[in-house]
Amino acid sequence: MAATDPMLDSGADFRTRLQAWLPKIVLAPSFAVMVIFVYGFIAFTLYLSFTDSRMLPSYDLVGWQNYERLFRVRQWDTAIINLGIFAGLYIVISTIIGLLLAIFLDQKIRGEGLLRPIFLYPMALSFIVTGTAWKWILDPAIGLETTMHRWGFENFQFDWIKDSDMAIYTIVIAAVWQSSGFVMAMFLAGLRGIDNEILKAAQMDGASNFQMYRRIILPQLRPAFLSAFVILSHLAIKSYDLVVAMTDGGPGTSTWLPALFMYEYTFTRNQMGIGASSAVIMLMTIAAIMVPYLYAELKEQK
Amino acid sequence: MAVASSDTAIRSSKVTRTFIYLFLLLFALFYLMPLGIMLVNSLKPLSEITAGGMIAMPNEWTIEPWLSAWSTAQIGVEPTGLRPYFINSIAMAVPAVAISTVAGALNGYVLTKWHFRGATWIFGLLLFSCFIPFQIVLIPMARILGLLEIAGTTYGLILVHVVYGIGFSTLYFRNYYAAFPTELVRAAQIDGAGFFQIFWRIMLPSSGPIIAVCCIWQFTNIWNDFLFGASFASGDAAPMTVALNNLVNSSTGERPYNVHFAGAIMAAAPTLLVYIVAGRYFVRGLMAGSVKG
Repeated sequence: MAATDPMLDSGADFRTRLQAWLPKIVLAPSFAVMVIFVYGFIAFTLYLSFTDSRMLPSYDLVGWQNYERLFRVRQWDTAIINLGIFAGLYIVISTIIGLLLAIFLDQKIRGEGLLRPIFLYPMALSFIVTGTAWKWILDPAIGLETTMHRWGFENFQFDWIKDSDMAIYTIVIAAVWQSSGFVMAMFLAGLRGIDNEILKAAQMDGASNFQMYRRIILPQLRPAFLSAFVILSHLAIKSYDLVVAMTDGGPGTSTWLPALFMYEYTFTRNQMGIGASSAVIMLMTIAAIMVPYLYAELKEQK
Repeated sequence: MAVASSDTAIRSSKVTRTFIYLFLLLFALFYLMPLGIMLVNSLKPLSEITAGGMIAMPNEWTIEPWLSAWSTAQIGVEPTGLRPYFINSIAMAVPAVAISTVAGALNGYVLTKWHFRGATWIFGLLLFSCFIPFQIVLIPMARILGLLEIAGTTYGLILVHVVYGIGFSTLYFRNYYAAFPTELVRAAQIDGAGFFQIFWRIMLPSSGPIIAVCCIWQFTNIWNDFLFGASFASGDAAPMTVALNNLVNSSTGERPYNVHFAGAIMAAAPTLLVYIVAGRYFVRGLMAGSVKG
């Protein structure tokens, strides 16, 4: 419903006309910025992904060549497999921990006001800070392993961060630490929104706690599950800082993720065409998740 | 977060409740541990860490690592400590937060109270632009910053953060103003109030909470950013996150872990402070930025 319907009849003077145009004038700079810096840039990168750009952008088209090469490069394979492992574990573990914490916190816990902010504060930190902390904690030379040895557990071994088969799992540990509290907050909000009358009725009918959660509470949390999935997968696909800070992609290239791949190929290895095509794949992956979600959210808001 | 509808608590035995408390406390410990370890180790001499006592309290307390991280540690070529980079981050974050918040407020106001054809489309495009992976804009952005001759400067980073901050700030204000009674705006219009008068006298006075949410969200994101900082402002203009990463990942010889931990806390301090002081708004920002898209 429009708040204004400018009367642009012949009598309207300049001031009135200006007033009528003001909203659009005010919005215009942001609109222009968005069109150029977001959609224009996306188009530009898309174009570059079909060119033979190396150190500098080139405008000579080479068709699908970059994409074909991209999928033959071993590091891209590594990055995609790592993303699968990382995103899968990260989403599942964060969701389980977040859900359990929310359910437990919701049991009229004394000190909830103290616990909740403790669970959530990692979200306020930079991934670089988080990565630095976990890098040294998991470093066998000074961190957890050495400490356990000092405490008398001589056989304790935890050197995943130095092991190219296991290093990606240490990234999962740090990422789960960072985000599970946030998932908890989303589920807690969902739980607090559930109507207690239904639960009381179910209780009167003699439903067990387990039944209540399985049949009544969890189904009602579906929107929270969906949001958690969308946000976490979005975070996982974009993950860059955490890997840089913790392992810098190593040992070797064993912890490369697509975001790291894109950066390395574009700015370090002078393969801009391939870098651009990897960025396009990243965008498509995120769009496949975000577009339907945002569309549904928008429709709901109307 | 929804307010005080009573908990969905279940009947539970003493044993169950003990288990629940144990579980929660264990996780509280898990979340606090890294911060605790950083703090403890930033206050002990290096020899105590390398001797394998990362979790133990310091035998000898020292603030030497903090002084070193702040003003003498080797970052890049110069032994300047993190101080200049901390200043860079402030010089970058403050204007970027201010500009993107003002733009977001105006945009939100236009999009909700001055409907025109295509407004929904614009909003949809803005919404999606919040969630693109920034890798897709890195190459052209580098070109543009080069053309504008602000590559590698704080001004360049301010521009980048304003540009990619407007989407979220607009979302926040748009969702907030959507619930604001349009009748008030219309009444003011009939009384002859203009576009900016309405914004200034009617919208802004009731926008306190959303301004707080927006500023906190933008500040946290901009302060914590690494990708843009590393791509567009290396060297002297680097923000705090990039400097910290250089400090930690490029030191040669014996690694001064205690200095690294002190530096990490410094990089975390501003957003942590915001979280402690205004946690309520921080959480609201997180939730609005996710659940409501």
